Amino acid sequence: MDGSMVLPVIIFLPLVGVAAIALIAPSRSEVLKPVAVATSAATGALTLWLMAAFEAGDGGFQFTQLAEWIGSAGISWHVGVDGISLFLVVLTGFLFPIAIVACDPPHDAKAYYIWMLVLETGCLGVFLALDLVLFFLFFEVVLIPMYFLIGKWGHENRKYAATKFFLFTMLGSALMLVGMLALALLAKDYSETGEITFNLIDLAQSASELPTITARWIFLSFALAFAVKVPIFPVHTWLPDAHTEAPTAGSVILAGVLLKLGTYGLVRFGLYLFPEASRYFAPLLFTLGVIGILYGAVVATMQRDLKRLVAYSSVAHLGFIVLGIFSINTEGIEGGLLQMVNHGLSTGALFLLVGFIYERRHTRQISEMIGLQKAAPVLAAVFTVVMLSSVGLPGLNGFVGEFLILAGAFVAHRWWAVVAAAGVILAALYLLWAYQRVFHGTPDDANRSMPDLNWQEKLVMVPLVGLIVFLGVYPKPVIERMEPAVNALIEHMEEVEGFESPTVGDRPEGSFEELRKLKAEYGDEGEGH
Amino acid sequence: MLAVLAEANLLAQADIPDIQWLPLIPHVVMAGAAVVLLTVVSVAGRWLPKWFPAAWTVAAGLAVLATAIPVWIRAWEWGPHSVVAGSIGVDGFSVFIIVLLACTVVLTALVADGFLQRESVDGPAFYVLLMLSAAGGITMASANNLIVLFLGLEILSLAVYVLVAMHLRRAESQEAGIKYFVLGAFASAFLLYGIALVYGATGSLNLAGIENILENERLSDNGLLLAGMAMLLVGFGFKVAAVPFHAWTPDVYQGAPSPVVSYMAAGVKAAGFAALLRVFFAGFGEVADDWQPVVFGLAIASLAVGSMLAIVQTDVKRILAYSSISHAGFILVGVQAAGDGGMVGDRGVASVLFYLAAYAAMAIGSFAVITVVSSPGDEGTALDNLRGLATRRPLLAAAFTVLLLSQAGIPFTAGFWAKFEVITAAVDARSFWLAVIAMLAAVVAAFLYLRIVVAMFLEAPEPDAPRLRIPRGPALAVAIVVLFTLVFGIYPEPLLNLADDAWLNLRLYAH
Repeated sequence: MDGSMVLPVIIFLPLVGVAAIALIAPSRSEVLKPVAVATSAATGALTLWLMAAFEAGDGGFQFTQLAEWIGSAGISWHVGVDGISLFLVVLTGFLFPIAIVACDPPHDAKAYYIWMLVLETGCLGVFLALDLVLFFLFFEVVLIPMYFLIGKWGHENRKYAATKFFLFTMLGSALMLVGMLALALLAKDYSETGEITFNLIDLAQSASELPTITARWIFLSFALAFAVKVPIFPVHTWLPDAHTEAPTAGSVILAGVLLKLGTYGLVRFGLYLFPEASRYFAPLLFTLGVIGILYGAVVATMQRDLKRLVAYSSVAHLGFIVLGIFSINTEGIEGGLLQMVNHGLSTGALFLLVGFIYERRHTRQISEMIGLQKAAPVLAAVFTVVMLSSVGLPGLNGFVGEFLILAGAFVAHRWWAVVAAAGVILAALYLLWAYQRVFHGTPDDANRSMPDLNWQEKLVMVPLVGLIVFLGVYPKPVIERMEPAVNALIEHMEEVEGFESPTVGDRPEGSFEELRKLKAEYGDEGEGH
Repeated sequence: MLAVLAEANLLAQADIPDIQWLPLIPHVVMAGAAVVLLTVVSVAGRWLPKWFPAAWTVAAGLAVLATAIPVWIRAWEWGPHSVVAGSIGVDGFSVFIIVLLACTVVLTALVADGFLQRESVDGPAFYVLLMLSAAGGITMASANNLIVLFLGLEILSLAVYVLVAMHLRRAESQEAGIKYFVLGAFASAFLLYGIALVYGATGSLNLAGIENILENERLSDNGLLLAGMAMLLVGFGFKVAAVPFHAWTPDVYQGAPSPVVSYMAAGVKAAGFAALLRVFFAGFGEVADDWQPVVFGLAIASLAVGSMLAIVQTDVKRILAYSSISHAGFILVGVQAAGDGGMVGDRGVASVLFYLAAYAAMAIGSFAVITVVSSPGDEGTALDNLRGLATRRPLLAAAFTVLLLSQAGIPFTAGFWAKFEVITAAVDARSFWLAVIAMLAAVVAAFLYLRIVVAMFLEAPEPDAPRLRIPRGPALAVAIVVLFTLVFGIYPEPLLNLADDAWLNLRLYAH
């Protein structure tokens, strides 16, 4: 296959499935699922091929394709993949078939599969777009399939949750559109050609010439849009509703892929386009990240609804990712990227398991479940592994990401890293406690007869658990592909603002006596960086 | 004998302009088709098939489309110019609006086809008035003279007053007609008074003349000009339903027959904005600093009021009426950006043209759907009546959803690019805060479109809901506008370029 064509094929292959599904006659509804599974699996296979063919040592964009689209407005079809986006693409290609296989819609199967595949195209487009408008189009269009998935196949309160999800996200991106246009129009004057362009690579050069204040305002408009999507405290309130009310597959995709659109956007557009503004607002953002870690953990502990508990745990995990990204050093960003993948795997798996339990027990209330371990040992075992991954147990994937994030954050902002580390303990608290309440104890009549996982459910859990263990033991294949891109990003940022990021051991020369004097004179500023 | 000679003498003395007919053909065809239809039907009405008036109107609209092409070519070959003693402009801008109005007429005729028979208000009157009104709109859009503009506006308005009250057995329709007429007449008076004041201030009724005077001379009485411009804004503001001149809109949209509303939302609004832009961009471009802040205020008020009040409505026609006010606010954002007349890179006018085209498609389509869904007597337009439309008529619901998402400005619809262009224009004119407010209003407005989508897709239909019959005319109209919305949503460049060219051609003329 020609290298430059693979990305468009990946993006649009799910749409081919949509066309196929749309043409299936109502009388042949049994072939709907096979077609949807086949399409998403083929897309997933292509993303795996992409990972294999990816040049590991190259920090730049690969498989790029550039074509003029709306020339007069400077908008182009520009796609490409680098170490930052590669694993999010693979994660998308991996989670969609799993979500589609694992859950059958109770009604309107045709529309359900169509929306799932449209959603996949949207997500892949977001991660692969290298043109701001193209990115925005995919970023916005993702709302519609998700809106219908929540609104049509969700639980009791679905209409409210779907509308809230739609409006919150749209509110953020509405301002981003203004910021994006301001960026392109203002940067036009600094570009070599003097023509308007939304091409990310070109803009990164001309955007660095913008006046500081202007760049900060524009960064804020971007950051708000991504903060809603992530979600960062205090704009997270749509998340518990949307996650809880969505059908199981919707929750898996929402947590696994959609939240990453925000964190990915922060790295790709926030840091890359606005190095100075990112550093200026970093204290605000990582503080909010740390608040999110603690707040998410505390609120999760208090939940009575198992699905809502997992939803709030996402707030905490995403807080970690934000903390890592805004440490603005290699370890932090790498950890953040890795944790995006880990969170997708472990929280996706958690939502699947909660969904399996719900299908059997028709309740999500923790108080109504007890002693499930006796009735469903396999489910309990899988739940244990996934939960421990989410807690960050060494040897499982969550540990690697959290460790890197904390290492990065420690260099950049020592005390925040200390506080965030407390969040790891809290995560253990709420998840283990929930596990204890649901799986331990003596089952009552309602819980005694709960069936264990069937072969289909086991089948989807095998790759998830396999990856959770694999990435925990041997994360090198992922990290070695990420690192060049992250280094390139850091280099770009330093080059633009002439700033050198501190590293461990970057202490001023001199004896401790002198240091103490300095510290007394300048307060705490001498410490850390 | 003597009298005849004297008359000939007078004629020779009078300054009769040399009339070039080519650019006037679209005007003549549209108005002529109306008159011919009226005559033919009154003479030979009983031998003609029932579908004849609608077919004739569609044919007339297409003929106007065809005759607009040579005018467009001429506008580019000659550069923008004017004919009939400088009172009718021949430029890309006017041709764009003419084409838009012709399309509106064609689509409205299609929408009306089944409706008029269902409501038994059948007859040629609807189509005659529709074409007459569009002829007035064409004149408005190409008028280079304030009096000609006023004539166009009155032709357009009088026809629409009658159209609104067409539904003879429906009290709301009558009430809407009276309301629209009284308030409309009031607004026309404002407009006329404004014209008089502008004439008093500048001594000219010709837009190019006014521009020339404002550019080269210092006015002795600036207050007169400002008052005149303010009154013109009131008059146009009423026609385009901008806040605070919007009060009639919800009632009239709700009361008027649905196909008429689709024409009002698409055609009348387009003609009103065309005239507004023409006068303020080509005539008062020099004093943009004076009127820009006012348009800024009108835009914010329309955006806020339109989207906020739409939320609390329970009737779909009223919801869309308020949403049309919000859209007017969006277009005013573009008008405001056009104020920096002549500045290179200024995209205000082009963005307004694009928005008008995209909005015309959405509005006609949306009201076509409502026409189909409403029950006999033009009742049953409450939001509840749309419940479960997706299970009753999946294709219709899907089409309506596309149009609503386009109104909300979701990507891959023409409505997205319309908003994109307007916001680009505003940002380009450095009106950042206006752009921000406009986008916030768009989010609020998105809520009300979602309410309709929720009703159609996420709620169960009434068990005793009647089976919907979809006549061919509205079905065709909806198919066309949905196709338009999606095609230009994915590849908007041709339409963008057309709007750009239309603006460029006007700009050459004004400066």
